[in-house]
Amino acid sequence: MGFLAPFLRKLLKSYTGRIMALFPFGLFAVLSYLFFLLPDETAHLVDTGLKLLPEISLSFRFDGLSLIFGLMVSGIGGLVLGYSSFYMAHYSGRSKFYFFLVLFMGSMLGLVFADNLIAFFIFWELTSITSFFLIGFEHENEKTRQAALQALLLTAFGGLCLLFAVIMIGNMAGTYSLTNIYQQGFRFGAHSNYYLVFVLIFVAVATKSAQFPFHFWLPGAMHAPTPVSAYLHSATMVNAGIFLLLRLNPIMGGTIIWKTIFVITGGITMFIGAFYSMGQKDLKRILAFTTISALGTMVLLIGMNSTASIQAALIFFIVHGLYKGGLFMMTGIIDKNTGTRDIARLAGLLKKMPVTSIAAILSLLSMSGIPPMLGFIGKELIYDAKIQMPELSWLVIPLGVASNMIMVAISLLIFYEIFLQPKGKQTVALKQPEKTLPGNFLAGPVTLALVGLTLGLFPGWLENIMSNALYFIQGEIVDVHLSLWHGFNKVLILSIFTVAMGIVIFLFRKPIGSLVQVIIRWTDQYYLPERFNQLIKNYLHLAGRQTNRIQHGYHRYYLITFFTITFALVMYQLATLKGDWIPIYETSPIKWHVVMVLTFSMLAVLFAVFTRSRISAIIALGVLGYGISILYMFYGAVDLAITQFLVETVIMVIFVMVIYHLPLFATLSSTKTRIRDGLIAIGVGVMVAFLLLKARFINLEPPISDYFAQNSLLKGHGRNIVNVILVDFRALDTLGEITVLALAAAGVFTLLRLDINRKDKH
Amino acid sequence: MEFIIAIFIGLLYACGVYLLLRRSIVKLILGVLILSNATNLIIFLSGGIQRNEISFIPEGSEVANPEVILDPLPQALILTAIVIGLGIAAYILALKYKYFEKTGTHDLDQLSKTDQK
Repeated sequence: MGFLAPFLRKLLKSYTGRIMALFPFGLFAVLSYLFFLLPDETAHLVDTGLKLLPEISLSFRFDGLSLIFGLMVSGIGGLVLGYSSFYMAHYSGRSKFYFFLVLFMGSMLGLVFADNLIAFFIFWELTSITSFFLIGFEHENEKTRQAALQALLLTAFGGLCLLFAVIMIGNMAGTYSLTNIYQQGFRFGAHSNYYLVFVLIFVAVATKSAQFPFHFWLPGAMHAPTPVSAYLHSATMVNAGIFLLLRLNPIMGGTIIWKTIFVITGGITMFIGAFYSMGQKDLKRILAFTTISALGTMVLLIGMNSTASIQAALIFFIVHGLYKGGLFMMTGIIDKNTGTRDIARLAGLLKKMPVTSIAAILSLLSMSGIPPMLGFIGKELIYDAKIQMPELSWLVIPLGVASNMIMVAISLLIFYEIFLQPKGKQTVALKQPEKTLPGNFLAGPVTLALVGLTLGLFPGWLENIMSNALYFIQGEIVDVHLSLWHGFNKVLILSIFTVAMGIVIFLFRKPIGSLVQVIIRWTDQYYLPERFNQLIKNYLHLAGRQTNRIQHGYHRYYLITFFTITFALVMYQLATLKGDWIPIYETSPIKWHVVMVLTFSMLAVLFAVFTRSRISAIIALGVLGYGISILYMFYGAVDLAITQFLVETVIMVIFVMVIYHLPLFATLSSTKTRIRDGLIAIGVGVMVAFLLLKARFINLEPPISDYFAQNSLLKGHGRNIVNVILVDFRALDTLGEITVLALAAAGVFTLLRLDINRKDKH
Repeated sequence: MEFIIAIFIGLLYACGVYLLLRRSIVKLILGVLILSNATNLIIFLSGGIQRNEISFIPEGSEVANPEVILDPLPQALILTAIVIGLGIAAYILALKYKYFEKTGTHDLDQLSKTDQK
């Protein structure tokens, strides 16, 4: 789909977003159809028959859990696409934007519905990569690039952990298919690998879902265009980690470490997020920190691992997706229409932008958990779940109540500062009246707010799918009853207390706000994004230094390394070989005339090495070549002798022709290095000699040579076997050889004709 | 005899390696040439030199006697290698010539950048 976006955009011009939005809506409709059809304890498995790899089939799993997530992803996705068609109207590179947005949507849906764990991982990584491009959309801005890179590095690191974990789970379970794993009732809480897998999964979840201490990439990701933030931080990207936890809950949930780690991490994240949000002035940053807080809440609930808490987590996911998506879009609208997102500068919008404001206020109500919104039900369930866990309630209830109080206060603050007209604040001028804004721009927040309201009034609609989801998460049949009014009980008292305290915080917002500012300033010394960048920078620096040391660029040191290591390895191997140290084998008789020739050549080579005269060196080299040629001759290799003789002559001629233009030899290295090189060289020489002696000149009576000897005349019609091999049996090799020569000739020719400085002359 | 040739090859290798480790490019080229000669000799030696009749099929006979003739296959390989060695030598020398003309140095350590003037 995403690949079509650029073409579609050319075709549809400014309507792209709206038309494209039809696809997720269509998907949404199909999914809703499934949603109502789905019986209580079944999951539909759709096997596309495609295989990503032999073991990895691309099959999709439709159950309560994936449907809840899928509906949110496609529904909000459609709204966001429609929304961006106006928001992005004046950005350049819109094709790219739609391309990545739709691609991201597709991978998110794939992630949610994937049945195969490896496929799940692939989609997980795809969301990381596409979100990198989305966050970094305004890449001209350096901060944006940094934020995007940070998000990518962290989530990709988590992705790697996930891959390891997934492979280990797959190995232990014997299958990568979630459906099969569920059917086997596979659990490995007692397995010795459990802790390793747990840590890997924890890192994956914490990086993706911005849990403490990896939470810091999320506020940075606010550099993305607002539609992207609305999408990524409401129902998709960051919730992938939550989804993973829910998916794995039946396999590895419920252990002590699961409960402690996730409850503690979730709790800390929840509180930090809420706390930091109070000190922010930018609407988007406020929302970012409340998102962190909400993610913490979900992780905490899943960590508690009771049926009630999982139920609460699911409901809260829906609640959060609805209100956060709405609020982000609202921010975008306000930003577009007034030119600022600073709550200190915005005021009196209720009168000027009534539709947006009412939608936003409904979302804010949901966020602070006030009836009749779905948020209220969500919060009630959360409190209920926490109360039901006596061994943890001492910790989680105060943390939860504190965070919720802050949520209430934040909601009130946004409401008061932006929509009402506090004294002494200037109203901001609108760029265009709300009425003239296109419908699809406003549709997003309004729809989401209305859905939140409707579901709050009729929560029964969710019961069916919830119990299906819970069946697959907890492995037991649960009757889910959702209602607004639970009667007057502890939970309600807590809620009332929360709201009251929230109002108190709001009233004392000035002193509390400045206190928070002080604390934030203090903690900014440990500003994690900066620290992270520093870490990466140091790492790169280290890598650079290491590379410089190993890849120093001096070819002779490479050679020295190469030679000494080869020497050591070969000598070690030779020493451990059995047999005589100086091997004795049947030698052919010594031919004294050859020995004389060799001695002469040896002296010539040594002379060539040490002489200072270029011409002498070349002549000495020629002596060596002719000596070898004579050796060939005496041993019956006539063709070799002739060729060697000719080639040696040609090389000498070329050398002499070139040598005139070459410098004199100069002593470039010190005596010390010369001795060192000499030792290495002698070592290599000794090694080669030993190797040859040890090899015993094994002539394995090669049948190939015999074949040539037998058939040279019969099949090749030649009496000189060597020649027949070259031009007949191995003719293709010879053709290659001729090609090499031709290329060398062409190379030499061009080199000599080439005038590098020609450009300078003009 | 193999013993002596092996020592000879060892010596050629020692000289070749020593020249390879020099900073002067001309010496490096000499080293390469010596090494290629030495390697050819290794192939030659590994074919065995006990039987050293010319590998021809004598007149009047249809097949050669493999008990007598020098193994023809290594010879064919070396022949190819020698010729290619010629190509390499010619090319390196031309390259070296041009290089020296442009840079005026033959010290490898001066050759750190590709875009030297």
